[in-house]
Amino acid sequence: MAGEKNKVQFLSGNEACVWAAIHARARFFAGYPISPATEIAEMCAHELPRYGGFYIQMEDEIGSIAAVIGASLGGLRAFTATSGPGLALMQENIGFAAMAEVPCVIINVQRFGPSTGIATKPAQSDVMTTRWGTPGDHSLIVLTPSGGQECYDLTFAAFNLAELFRTPVIVLTDAVIAHLREKVTVKSDEELFLFNEDKQFLRITGLVHDSFGYSSDVPEVAGELIARLAQKIEGYQTLLPGSRFYGPESPEVLIISFGISARAARQAVFLAEQEDLAVSLLELQTLWPFPEEEIRKIGVKAKTVLVAELNRGQVQREVMACGISPEKVRGINKIDTTVITPREILNEILTVIKNN
Amino acid sequence: MVIPDYKKYLAVERLPHIWCAGCGNGVILKALLLVLAELNFRPGEILLATGIGCISRAGDYVSFQRFQGTHGRTLAFVTGLKVARPELKVICLIGDGDCAAIGMGHLIHAARRNLDVAVLVANNLNYGMTGGQFSPLTPNKSLTSTSRAGKNEASLDICRLAEVAGANYVARTSVFYHGELRKYIREAISKTGFSLVEILTSCPTYYGRYNKIGGPGEMLTWFRDKTVPLKKYLQMDKQEQKDFFWRGKLVGRDAPNSYTYGKKNEEPDG
Repeated sequence: MAGEKNKVQFLSGNEACVWAAIHARARFFAGYPISPATEIAEMCAHELPRYGGFYIQMEDEIGSIAAVIGASLGGLRAFTATSGPGLALMQENIGFAAMAEVPCVIINVQRFGPSTGIATKPAQSDVMTTRWGTPGDHSLIVLTPSGGQECYDLTFAAFNLAELFRTPVIVLTDAVIAHLREKVTVKSDEELFLFNEDKQFLRITGLVHDSFGYSSDVPEVAGELIARLAQKIEGYQTLLPGSRFYGPESPEVLIISFGISARAARQAVFLAEQEDLAVSLLELQTLWPFPEEEIRKIGVKAKTVLVAELNRGQVQREVMACGISPEKVRGINKIDTTVITPREILNEILTVIKNN
Repeated sequence: MVIPDYKKYLAVERLPHIWCAGCGNGVILKALLLVLAELNFRPGEILLATGIGCISRAGDYVSFQRFQGTHGRTLAFVTGLKVARPELKVICLIGDGDCAAIGMGHLIHAARRNLDVAVLVANNLNYGMTGGQFSPLTPNKSLTSTSRAGKNEASLDICRLAEVAGANYVARTSVFYHGELRKYIREAISKTGFSLVEILTSCPTYYGRYNKIGGPGEMLTWFRDKTVPLKKYLQMDKQEQKDFFWRGKLVGRDAPNSYTYGKKNEEPDG
């Protein structure tokens, strides 16, 4: 059957996310229909009750994330799935989950925006929205898969990380990966951490609060809380999924990419290799907190760094701030609903090498 | 009459509270704690869910479980929580802005689902926490900080809305009628399914002052004079009704929950 463990399956990205959630013992989904994430809700409605879980269709995305947070506080592993417009509505409560330290997973299937945009076309333009969409100084975790297998692996990891760090974790996919069918090997549940299933005595608030859960406006309490919420994630980046590296350690051109664009970049690196060009790829799997150290280590050795993404340079600007000379960082960007092709990346590589 | 020991539900060490002198919220909180004591709940069995605004700070003054979410979303949070922990007795204590403005959608849908929660709406007829602006439940023509010439919009009967949305229990009273208040809270908490009690509560600092009602005492007698029993209210003509709030029990029924989450279709084969 579909979703059977330790077997190779033929799954779309959306399906892989759902099986990963079920195998990670997620038993609660609350959502609202939105393209291109709807299949996740449909599958949850069908599959979760078969595993003793619950599907609730809420009145909007604000209610969806709220119900997810409520269920998580009640001891169920809980998640939702949405796309740009829905993510915008969820932001206040994502901040609440960060502040109140409630584990939850949000799968955001990126579509072309802003606003309604084009509901069925891909984009990678929610990079900053996932990081800074909710107001206030905070930290959270964003993972970004580049295919069906990664959808499975990173969604599975997301549930573990949400509980380990007691924070919302966003899995950032896109309209192409969501519907692309690929071979996916599903896991056994030995790699699962379980902390949250006990019935806890709840004293929860989104106000600044002391360690007993009572609100406080004491500067020391506020300062320590905000610092701890950021440090508990940013101080332990090594526990997050690392970037993948393909190619020579000291390349002439280093490509940095993620999601569907990284798939094109992988092929471009393969094509460049065949032409004996020293080209490498760093494929980001954790987008936030930004893997500065990983990028700096490889980036300083490269002559040129190309950042391939379906937006106007949201990751590129972060790369430029990683401690490598900003003038050697350039972008390969597309903002017309089409994806970046391997040939386009290769052409850019050839141009760069010619000009070096 | 023996007064039950309600102080074990009160986080005495957190007092004094932040509410203004003459505010009705303390009356509501005490009525609730008295009911909890009468029904003899253990701290782990009950949870007070609040939103944002004056009344939402009640969670800081209770010793048992509390949840304070974001503005208007209390019932959406609780929808998920009740699925995970159906045995938990959840009491939502929210304001008029929380329930009738920003959170109206969630209120209707929670009532439609007949979610098993007791919702106590502390209606102080304005937004007190932010300095006295009008809310959807502020009566027409009332003076507030955003309606200096009188509120030029209609008000809303949140109780009737809860009735048509599917609530099992709906009642309204004011902090003036303390015995009735406790009775309605007790009935709402004891009811299975969605129950709502609208509690008219005094805000002498803003609503009372702007509308020249007077101090805390005058506000209480204002509620006495402005409320009429439901039966009498229904006999009034439409024009006369505009000057009064009805009080009493509007709905009492035992419809089952309208949801069946998590009914297993079949056992998984994996």
